[in-house]
Amino acid sequence: MQPAALVPYECDALLAFRERPLCVVLPESQEEVVQVVRLCHHFGVPFVARGSGTGLSGGSTPVPGGIVIAMNRLNRILKVDVEQRFAVVEAGVVNLDITRTVASRNLLFAPDPSSQPVCTIGGNVAFNSGGAHCLKYGMTSNHVLALKVVLPDGELAFLGSESLESVDADYVGMFVGSEGLFGIALEVTVRLLPRPETYRTVLAAYRSLQAAGDAVSQVIAAGILPGALEIMDHLSIQAVEAAVHPGYPTDAAALLIVELEGEQHQVEAEWRRLESVLKASQPYLLKAAQNEEERLKIWKGRKSAFSAAGRLYPDYIVQDGVVPRSRLGEALAEIERLSQKWGIKVANVFHAGDGNLHPLIMFDGNQPGSYERAEELASEIIDVCIRLGGSITGEHGVGMEKRRFMPRQFGPAEIACMNATRDAVDPKRLANRGKRLSEEFTSAHTLVGAHPLERAGVIARE
Amino acid sequence: MDAIATTAIAELQGLVREHRRVHVCGNGSKHVSPLSGYVALSTAALRGVIEYQPSEFVITVAAGTPVAEVNALLASHGQYLPFDPLFVESGATIGGTIAMNACGSERYRFGGARDFVIGVRFIEGNGELVRGGGKVVKNAAGFDYPKLFVGSCGRLGLIVELSFKVFPKPEAYASLRVSLPSLEDALALLPKLTNCPYDLNAVDLVMENHTRTTLWVRVGGIAEALPRRMDRVRALVGSGEVLSGPEEEHFWNDMREMRWMESGDVLVKVPLTPRWIPALDARIARWKRRYSVGGNVAWIATPSLAETDAALTSLRLSGLVLRSQAPDPHIGYRPFNPFAERIKRALDPLNKFG
Ligand SMILES: Cc1cc2nc3c(=O)[nH]c(=O)nc-3n(C[C@H](O)[C@H](O)[C@H](O)COP(=O)(O)OP(=O)(O)OC[C@H]3O[C@@H](n4cnc5c(N)ncnc54)[C@H](O)[C@@H]3O)c2cc1C
Repeated sequence: MQPAALVPYECDALLAFRERPLCVVLPESQEEVVQVVRLCHHFGVPFVARGSGTGLSGGSTPVPGGIVIAMNRLNRILKVDVEQRFAVVEAGVVNLDITRTVASRNLLFAPDPSSQPVCTIGGNVAFNSGGAHCLKYGMTSNHVLALKVVLPDGELAFLGSESLESVDADYVGMFVGSEGLFGIALEVTVRLLPRPETYRTVLAAYRSLQAAGDAVSQVIAAGILPGALEIMDHLSIQAVEAAVHPGYPTDAAALLIVELEGEQHQVEAEWRRLESVLKASQPYLLKAAQNEEERLKIWKGRKSAFSAAGRLYPDYIVQDGVVPRSRLGEALAEIERLSQKWGIKVANVFHAGDGNLHPLIMFDGNQPGSYERAEELASEIIDVCIRLGGSITGEHGVGMEKRRFMPRQFGPAEIACMNATRDAVDPKRLANRGKRLSEEFTSAHTLVGAHPLERAGVIARE
Repeated sequence: MDAIATTAIAELQGLVREHRRVHVCGNGSKHVSPLSGYVALSTAALRGVIEYQPSEFVITVAAGTPVAEVNALLASHGQYLPFDPLFVESGATIGGTIAMNACGSERYRFGGARDFVIGVRFIEGNGELVRGGGKVVKNAAGFDYPKLFVGSCGRLGLIVELSFKVFPKPEAYASLRVSLPSLEDALALLPKLTNCPYDLNAVDLVMENHTRTTLWVRVGGIAEALPRRMDRVRALVGSGEVLSGPEEEHFWNDMREMRWMESGDVLVKVPLTPRWIPALDARIARWKRRYSVGGNVAWIATPSLAETDAALTSLRLSGLVLRSQAPDPHIGYRPFNPFAERIKRALDPLNKFG
């Protein structure tokens, strides 16, 4: 490959981190991936698997002196079993292609990241990606039945089975969300769900963000379990309206999208309850989609929020922190305060039902120091999430971006355990080196003994 | 966690450090007995709800807490653990439920224990106390130890504490009961049910004798919608009797407690898919058995573990013994898993947990 041809592989959708790979390999078969991994292991060359490069945390950014294994040509759907509701696909298959393939049989692959027309199932597996519809049926991990993986030294492992149940520790669950540190997924067996019979999608517009947040708590407290529960704030509504014209009320301080899904009579009954809860939350506008076209329009707006934000400012950082759902209001107030303190605009779109925030921190990369300031603000938002008992990332992964925050969320024992786990799977630390975990070879983890006072039961480590 | 529990954890850590071989047990509801040469570690002192704010739909409990206590507390707020823990009335603890991955028929609807556990605290083989996951429903930071411990059978570490996401509890249930002349008839109906968009809570097959099969379909949700939903399920199946109230509850409760077994029999769980059922059934038709979770689990009540082991091995199916004095709960096909070996080496390098 010519040097210029390597440029597209220098980073993922987080442009701040860049690195020129030694080379890029485009395997045509699973066997070729295995061979490449074996060679890397033999020569001690670090490797990074890459799907479509839509990751938002620098997960598929190359490492210095390392190679990129691009999985996109492994894009065959190997098997669809309609009756038993599963499909076996190669890791480079695009998320939406699974649903497209089974749609005529009224089935779907539930995880729906906004990037689903391009991102790969391998990337989804690495990050345990989610989407707007995770409230009821979960994230990628909840829809993966089995995996064929190549471990970082080239050994093959088969995890899970076609059954929903298992008699082993959940190694599938352990591999999913490991950000490529445990090796490369070659084949993924995904569970398919019957397509919901009916949807009820409603938009509620509020004069304050707080009011929309309160409405979320009330919907949940009423015992209603929607398929999706999303909020967008004023700034993101404006951006989206300008970009794709979904017909959102542009004067709203906050928009709440609630979608019920499922069996017709159950949804009708849920809808009657939802409507009265929402009315009591005093939105100034309540608009239910009257048909599939209107429903898709609502979702088009929500799903293009990230790309639309690019219209407001040349650059932005997407944060992905999580807070306990009952503390959403507090978190939003804090973000607003920080935004004012730094004089930096922050647009908010989030998976409200899960407590998963996506503040979009706007800046202009051409102005010196503006990226650094945006990063500082992002770091303070992360601290808020940790302080409220949440997490630094809900679905975008740690990657390179949030690696430095790991010790804020986890204690030394936790970090030591993660390092020990990783070192047992990949002693040479070749698979996605430099992501999620720091590279200091410090841990004398397994040798640590108890303090004499601990043995005596006087003190305990928390 | 209160002072007693903190001391209890420190004591357990000390025991793990001191002893060469340890065996974790909850309340013994699954009757898996310790191996000789192993020191038994009981989680009985780790009891109680640690954190529960109903509006958060998340609960954190100590591992030795009886599931019945957790269920009762959740139910008083209209919530539940959707994975349908087994042996609740026999005193199962929440830690044992997760370690053995003991989920019942209704895990069909929203998922198994793996789909609801979001946090775990455990004692590693070196005695360290480690936290994995957290108390929020979405969390992509760190490895997914909470899921890993589901089905770990006590071999990766001692579970001290667990956090779950919970759901609103269906306010009412109804079931359709259909008696069918043969297993083949039941299996022919199965895909109709598992592929329909009616949001079924459970789909089970009860083998009455060699062939006669009763199909049970459970639906839960808002009470006012149930009659019409049941009409639709009945129309789809073509026949059957709609049940609600005590008789309906009784059936599912007996399923959960496995009261259909003969005393003296051993219970074996076999994960599979519907396509495997005819071949398996041909080999085990002399025993009591049920096919649950839409044909994804076979429950076999067997008087002979050796014969069950042989039957499973011949089909390359794996089994887990849930009620026996057998030293190793795994029977049947046991493929080598290099990933599992490595994870074990990381968490329990001295092989203390067996
Ligand atoms: C506009 C936009 C919207 C987005 N919306 C969402 C959203 O709603 N929800 C969400 O969760 N994410 C979202 N994302 C983030 C991103 O799309 C997801 O993380 C996605 O899963 C990445 O897939 P990818 O194929 O692009 O992977 P890449 O970015 O190429 O890689 C991601 C990670 O996966 C690893 N990897 C890739 N393939 C494999 C494999 N076969 N085996 C092992 N590891 C592998 C890489 O090394 C890297 O660490 C969005 C991104 C963009 C740009």
